[in-house]
Amino acid sequence: MTALGDYKRERIDALAARAGQLPEGEAGLSLTRSAFRRLRRDPVAITGAVIVLVFLVVAAFAPLLAPKDPVTQYLLSEIRPGTIPGPQEGFPLGVDNLGRDLLSRLIYGSRQSLLIGVVSTVLGLVVGMALGVLAGAFGGWVDTAVMRFVDILLSIPGLLMAITISVLLGQNQYALMIAIAVVQVPIFARLLRGSMLAQRGSDYAVAARALGVKKGRIVFGHVLPNSLSPVIVQATLSLATAIIEAAALSYLGLGDPDIARPEWGAMLANAQDFLSIRPALAVWPALCIIVVALGFTLLGERLREALDPKFRR
Amino acid sequence: MQAPVLEVEDLAVRFTRRGEQPTRAVDGVSFSVAPGETIGLVGESGCGKSVTSLAIMGLLPRRGVEVTGSVRFDGNDLVDAPDHVLRGLRGADMGMVFQDPLSSLNPTVPIGTQVTEVLLEHREMSKAEARDEATRLLDRVGIPDPGRRLKEYPHQLSGGMRQRALIAMALACAPRLLIADEPTTALDVTIQAQILELLRELVVDSGTALVMITHDLGVVAGLCDRVHVMYAGKIIETADRHDLFTRPRQPYTGGLLASVPRLDSTRGAPLTPIRGSARDAIPWSEGCAFAPRCDNAQDDCLTEVSGSTVPLVPDGPGRELRCRHPLEHPSAPSGATASGAAR
Ligand SMILES: Nc1ncnc2c1ncn2[C@@H]1O[C@H](COP(=O)(O)OP(=O)(O)OP(=O)(O)O)[C@@H](O)[C@H]1O
Ligand code: SF4
Ligand SMILES: [Mg+2]
Repeated sequence: MTALGDYKRERIDALAARAGQLPEGEAGLSLTRSAFRRLRRDPVAITGAVIVLVFLVVAAFAPLLAPKDPVTQYLLSEIRPGTIPGPQEGFPLGVDNLGRDLLSRLIYGSRQSLLIGVVSTVLGLVVGMALGVLAGAFGGWVDTAVMRFVDILLSIPGLLMAITISVLLGQNQYALMIAIAVVQVPIFARLLRGSMLAQRGSDYAVAARALGVKKGRIVFGHVLPNSLSPVIVQATLSLATAIIEAAALSYLGLGDPDIARPEWGAMLANAQDFLSIRPALAVWPALCIIVVALGFTLLGERLREALDPKFRR
Repeated sequence: MQAPVLEVEDLAVRFTRRGEQPTRAVDGVSFSVAPGETIGLVGESGCGKSVTSLAIMGLLPRRGVEVTGSVRFDGNDLVDAPDHVLRGLRGADMGMVFQDPLSSLNPTVPIGTQVTEVLLEHREMSKAEARDEATRLLDRVGIPDPGRRLKEYPHQLSGGMRQRALIAMALACAPRLLIADEPTTALDVTIQAQILELLRELVVDSGTALVMITHDLGVVAGLCDRVHVMYAGKIIETADRHDLFTRPRQPYTGGLLASVPRLDSTRGAPLTPIRGSARDAIPWSEGCAFAPRCDNAQDDCLTEVSGSTVPLVPDGPGRELRCRHPLEHPSAPSGATASGAAR
């Protein structure tokens, strides 16, 4: 368990440290700008961006795109033990064991995944950054206390923690969001704190001190804005993790119990019982989860490389 | 002469990092600067020039660093002064210009914001007044079209412009002391000359006391009234600019002069670099730190005489010297180092 914590800490610190050593002439805005220029020419990044974009559009316009209502039951006369109707006219992917249109459910399911992914990542980001700023700005015993807490959180495997929390908080979608957010908190906290420490020793911070600028202004006006790029990268990657974790928790029956909101993880869990009759019921939601997570990951990894001086070509 | 603005006395800086051998980066350094005067701190890389300047400004970290001796600014000792006192002085009464203008500016903040920040910090000014003043300052340091430049980011400016902007920031509140730590090292030769000329004008115009830190003797020749040569954390020779160039006494100073080309030297005269490197220095407690590289070195350079190894002693009017066997002038001395220096 500590080994896991060590591994995570090393990875986070490497990311934070690299953000501290910007190449000459390319820092801050110019760096962001040139990073985007590189991303625009990068086929992998474009693939990731297209996947993410399609996903966003589908989620936003689900009611317009879905051919059927996701909870209405159809073709009930054709559902018997041992048979579930496959693709046919009006139901391009067939229906599930209760006669609900699979395609429409997948389309609506994207909303739930996106909502949980975004809300939990933002929540984790806000709390994690607050802790990181606290540690990075004050240093001393505040830093020690905050980082001790963060390291303990890091040493617990993410999914285990999420399961524990969502069991404790009860079965609803808010519990799910909080559970996933808690897993993200220590990552963002340690990342931002490390990045701020690297920036605090930078020449411009010393130069600002030599001009008599107040410590608070140096930390919030100079150090913090320059420490954000690894956090932005991590947030992109976290969206992928959050979506997968949300699906995993739903799959384990810890998700949103409201049947009016289809969710990919719950669909997958439900499909288990019918694997031998209609494997497509499991394949489609699984594919959706994988592709969306892949989209965010591709984009995040390429963003990291674009912002990382080490990967300069 | 006017009373000095800055008097440094017996300044010593020790780095005491946990688990590491403590290092004495600066040891017993004393000098002073008066208004309108420019002094030079000269020496090879690692001799303690930057640490000296950071110690004066109170910019060294508190933990793991031991500063002793005194730094009197206007008669008040700064070595043990509390943070808020130092912060009030920095930027307002004493300014500093650093070596690398690009990394010394915040890449994510426009130049204008960084200049006005100093003004707002130390002067009672509205935002609008600070902006006007910032425009005037950029104009004064020779940045064309200052109104537009204020909105630009550091990477949009040339190296020379950036250093000008930093000088403008350091001079925003008309400090009485300016410390310039190798302000031209990162710049092109032509730009170097412009920046030095700018500093010279500013010192003459406003009577600022300037401490010029450099390893470039050309800078010293053009700018400094008095020069302190440092080696391995100690001052080894102090002299007026003229004396230093015509009659260097310390073999190390002689070596420095012999290793740079000079306009007045005979064409094709060989340049003699000092042999070895600064890493060859021995601790001062064991003798003259320069001894391993010195052509004049003799046995007594490595022994104590009345409780101290090579002390800094007066050496004629306005001069001080730390050497047992100095170069002799004007009678032609023997030895490669000396002949090089006597050119
Ligand atoms: N934070 C530190 N911890 C330990 N030693 C240090 C630290 N900063 C500087 N030193 C040591 O102090 C000595 C003097 O360094 P300093 O930066 O003052 O040299 P310098 O004369 O300015 O050289 P340069 O021309 O390269 O700028 C060096 O030997 C260096 O190793
Ligand atoms: S004291 Fe001796 S070793 Fe040191 S510089 Fe003078 S002659 Fe050389
Ligand atoms: Mg230096």
